[in-house]
Amino acid sequence: MNNRKKRELIGKLFLSLSVFTAFLGIFWLLFILSDLIIKGASAINWSLFSKNFVPPGLSGGGMKAAFIGQLIIVSIAVIIGIPFGLLGGTFIAEYGRNSKIAKLISIFADLMTSIPSIVVGTFVYAVMVKPMGHFSALAGAVALAVIMIPVMLKTTENMLKLVPWSLREAAFALGTPYYKVIFQIVYKNAMTGLLTGTILSVARIAGETAPLLFTSLNNSFLSFNINQPMASLTVTIYRYAMGPYDNWHQMAWAASFVITLFVLLTTITGRLIIKWRYKK
Amino acid sequence: MGDYILKVKNLNFFYGSKQVLFNINMNMASNRITALIGPSGCGKTTFLRCFNRMHDLYKGNRYEGEILYKEKDILKMNDNIELRSKIGMVFQSPTPFPMSIFDNVAYGLKLKGIKNRTEVKDRVEAALQGAALWQEVKDRLSAPAGGLSGGQQQRLVIARALAVEPDILLFDEPTSALDPIATAKIEELMIELKKITTIIVVTHNMQQAARVSDYTAFFYLGELIETDKTEDFFTRPKNKQTEDYIRGKFG
Ligand SMILES: Nc1ncnc2c1ncn2[C@@H]1O[C@H](COP(=O)(O)OP(=O)(O)OP(=O)(O)O)[C@@H](O)[C@H]1O
Ligand SMILES: [Mg+2]
Repeated sequence: MNNRKKRELIGKLFLSLSVFTAFLGIFWLLFILSDLIIKGASAINWSLFSKNFVPPGLSGGGMKAAFIGQLIIVSIAVIIGIPFGLLGGTFIAEYGRNSKIAKLISIFADLMTSIPSIVVGTFVYAVMVKPMGHFSALAGAVALAVIMIPVMLKTTENMLKLVPWSLREAAFALGTPYYKVIFQIVYKNAMTGLLTGTILSVARIAGETAPLLFTSLNNSFLSFNINQPMASLTVTIYRYAMGPYDNWHQMAWAASFVITLFVLLTTITGRLIIKWRYKK
Repeated sequence: MGDYILKVKNLNFFYGSKQVLFNINMNMASNRITALIGPSGCGKTTFLRCFNRMHDLYKGNRYEGEILYKEKDILKMNDNIELRSKIGMVFQSPTPFPMSIFDNVAYGLKLKGIKNRTEVKDRVEAALQGAALWQEVKDRLSAPAGGLSGGQQQRLVIARALAVEPDILLFDEPTSALDPIATAKIEELMIELKKITTIIVVTHNMQQAARVSDYTAFFYLGELIETDKTEDFFTRPKNKQTEDYIRGKFG
């Protein structure tokens, strides 16, 4: 009896403790979000997207170049990152599943995911920016891709390993060649997970600043040349938030709001697609 | 009748250096059901997977001897698509592919390069009829296969194998994941399928072997101990080990 009471007490204690910590987590999240919405949403106006930077100290202007730059850099990063991550993960989970090299890559990717992103920025600076002699949007995209690939690779690996082996054998038993088994059956079966993985890795890089600081740098003008420095949203926010001007701060808030909204929306869209797929 | 579609001659099988099958000699009659029984780990699955060369998927596996399918040695063939469309396999737990019911059954046809829409449609229907599933799914062919019940999924897998018109079907404990009613349906279906195929079935259930099979073979520690007409096998076993096993003394 005594023992049982003790167990119940400990049970309740743990329950309240975990509820408390959960609320604590949610509290900070809501706090940050509401602050962002209050300060950011009020500062949003059309010229933020439609107007370009104006020289420091002047009022007006916007961040058009940064939005476009961000889009270009992240898009290129995703175009590089998805195939590498997907194929790498496929190699580890499928073709190379028993090989030492696959295990090594998998461990290496695990380590890579925990490398601070600024280190990736310096690395790309050393291997790309330095030899090329100038900053470039491409270097920024490569830095983001380097961050994205291990995330994508690990999720792909894990998702493919969740597909029961018997399903592959059933396909082999019809004479299906391995590449078709992977494309038509394994990927399809793991689609939900792969999609989540892609979304998460895009969300992971969309808000990165550090790797862009020494790679794509910044640009005061609208640029489409990926071989040249390019403004990005995150770096611009960083610069504007640190600047001494009030209207800069406002724009930084507004841009932060937009980028947060973007990350939230991608995640939600992804989840919706997943739900919709399940229903079908 | 009376002719043998499969002749196994001096078959040995190795997982790496570990020998699992020892000098198996056995013939399988056309359009008959042969049941393989024996205690867990005796090599039934290993034996079954020799017929469609499933062991080729993994490194280090080695066959010795011959398996003659219509007098041609399976172990020397090199077209797996052709072999596996002639010798289909159904696994223990249902394995529907993540696609529609129709696409599941059409999968093997597409693999063989059959593209003609009406032909595919006709053969899918015939296969589903053959697997006694048509009535239940004809109105929802484009629904995902994962939505079917376990027993329906297993019949879908059978239909998928049937679509490419195999001569032989290999079943590895096809009903062990199913309830008694679904099991009875599959057993009925197997007996029906004898008209068009030869069946080899691994089962842990001796009643099942007695109910459905024409021939039964008893394996023990990788050796074929005894094989006979099912009736004689269960009523007048010749071997002491067989007798002990079917009386439930071990295994
Ligand atoms: N991939 C493998 N590598 C090495 N040994 C294996 C492998 N697969 C099976 N074996 C071994 O081969 C022997 C026969 O296994 P098999 O799966 O053929 O037995 P089974 O008769 O089908 O058993 P069960 O009734 O439990 O399914 C067992 O000793 C098993 O441990
Ligand atoms: Mg087995």
